[in-house]
Amino acid sequence: MAVRDYIRERFFPHLWCPGCGHGIVMGAMIRAIEKLGIQKSDIVVVSGIGCSSRICGYLDFHTLHTLHGRALAFATGLKLSRPELTVIAPMGDGDAFAIGGNHLIHAARRNIDLTAIIMNNNIYGMTGGQYSPSTGYGDFATTAPYGNIDPSFDPVNLVLGAGASFVARTTTYHVTSMINILEKAITHRGFSVVDVLSQCPTYYGRKNKFATAVDMMNFYKTQTTPIGSKDKEKNPDLIERGIFIQEERPEYCTEYAKVIEKASQGG
Amino acid sequence: MKNNILFVQGNEACVEGALYAGLDFFAGYPITPSTEIAELLSYRLPAKRGKFIQMEDELSSMCAIVGASLTGKKAMTATSGPGFSLKQEAIGFAVMTETPCVIVNVQRGGPSTGLPTSGSQGDVMQARWGTHGEHAIIVLTASNNQDVFAMTVEAFNLSETFRTPVILLFDEIVAHTRERLTMPEPDEINVVDRLHTSVPKGTDYHPYLPREDGRLPVSDFGGVHRYNVTGLAHDMWGFPSTNPTVVYDLMRHLVDKIQGHSKEITRVKEFFVHDAECLLISYGASARTALHVVENRRERGEKLGLLELQTLWPFPADVVKKRCASVDSVVVVEMNMGQILHEVKRVTDDGDKVFLANKIDGTFIAPKDILDILRIIQGKGA
Repeated sequence: MAVRDYIRERFFPHLWCPGCGHGIVMGAMIRAIEKLGIQKSDIVVVSGIGCSSRICGYLDFHTLHTLHGRALAFATGLKLSRPELTVIAPMGDGDAFAIGGNHLIHAARRNIDLTAIIMNNNIYGMTGGQYSPSTGYGDFATTAPYGNIDPSFDPVNLVLGAGASFVARTTTYHVTSMINILEKAITHRGFSVVDVLSQCPTYYGRKNKFATAVDMMNFYKTQTTPIGSKDKEKNPDLIERGIFIQEERPEYCTEYAKVIEKASQGG
Repeated sequence: MKNNILFVQGNEACVEGALYAGLDFFAGYPITPSTEIAELLSYRLPAKRGKFIQMEDELSSMCAIVGASLTGKKAMTATSGPGFSLKQEAIGFAVMTETPCVIVNVQRGGPSTGLPTSGSQGDVMQARWGTHGEHAIIVLTASNNQDVFAMTVEAFNLSETFRTPVILLFDEIVAHTRERLTMPEPDEINVVDRLHTSVPKGTDYHPYLPREDGRLPVSDFGGVHRYNVTGLAHDMWGFPSTNPTVVYDLMRHLVDKIQGHSKEITRVKEFFVHDAECLLISYGASARTALHVVENRRERGEKLGLLELQTLWPFPADVVKKRCASVDSVVVVEMNMGQILHEVKRVTDDGDKVFLANKIDGTFIAPKDILDILRIIQGKGA
């Protein structure tokens, strides 16, 4: 199928700003699903609130646009009810790390078979550019006019610590690699987190001396490096990308099926 | 049928009712005094191939049941006081997306942490207006275990019929009172399942286009129709819209589908009302005390009656208005500072004859609390 077969053209044009990275993530997500050959009716996409979450309207799957931060909570109920469905949760950084942080770490701990795609643009875009838990120290935002004093989360270590069995990072510059990582994340039986660096030229870029979206993508090109590369040894400030962990661990819905078997036999 | 008689708490009666109604999925978080519902369902649900999950908080429990319901499952959560406050945003989401689900709130003393192990009826208005924005909602209650069972089945039936969250507003006293529950036979009480769309695969399905009767046939997530569900104001496809006509029609539909069927939804019990001169109006645990007073005074020849409300919202205005019109005085008996009292006054022609007998200190309302008010009404002094 062509990419457009996965899109609800009726609802275009989309609301993302010119230069926004989120469309690239959507494109990569569709290509990964196409490669995997999963039927459209077997996929549920559950999002929260924010620019990222609007992806739901445009995708021709079962789509659920929920509450700020709660995508994984809705997705957990949905997945446990129908474990045979493929459930993907695209979220923003404010969505996943701030208001929804609790659900993120507990979904990781449970290792429930969901794929969390964090469209991480280091800013609250929908509300006009406030700092998020992934905005860097010293960065500017509409609520950090003197520079941000909040240290940022390291999303990868956060979810690794919480027990996620698949953790990866990619960027909107590295599209081929993103498609590949998303394929693996979706196929992985357990909780997968993919931190996707996705540019917001309108708010983050404008406030932080990135003149254009291209400048931001150049930053992803030059300031990130594959996990364990020699460049990283020379320049520890480089951001690593790739798959940090991919492990088979007991998956929640599979474990619950065992509970059902026990209970059905009278304990 | 001796085997059909159980000796259980109200919380257990609620579980039995939910299972009878076809509960498939429960998500919850531990909180007093509703926890027994979660404990029991963690044991019972998997045995019937249902699903139970203890979530990380109250918010996610509410969200999880909405997610489960969208796949076609009958879903419920249970909570109390602070937990009910935390669930409000997601209850609004279920209202807006027309997702059937049942929320049990076993009321305890508030505000805040309040009195976790004491009875109260302080959440009547929160159940009505707790989530933000204009909306309609169905709220049911019960005063004894048999009715807890019946109202729980009813909650699922109404939820499935009108595609709306239904709140079961119980209280600590009923929830923890052990008494007889006669289990109905499997087909004794009607069990309703949601209406599914007959639109075939490949034909344009409009998930949010109500039929003429206001009902909205559903297609489950995972089925042949793929559509969008959002908490934003939305059009017939479930796509976000700010078009004033679309928004107006949606708002009217959400409110009218419930307010317009209030007769169908209203459940009351009447005791000695036909020749009553003084009418007690009560609900939940308070109605037990009220009924005791009425029966006791009837033996002495005093013409007292009781109107027990089982539907709190939409408020049973017609029956309250009718019964109030034919009596000299009305006493609303409740364990708050007059949340239903104000509704009764609102719908009654003569609000001056409506009085309040209440209790707000965490102890159960006693006959004396009602008799004291009756003495004042009868001019016998305090």
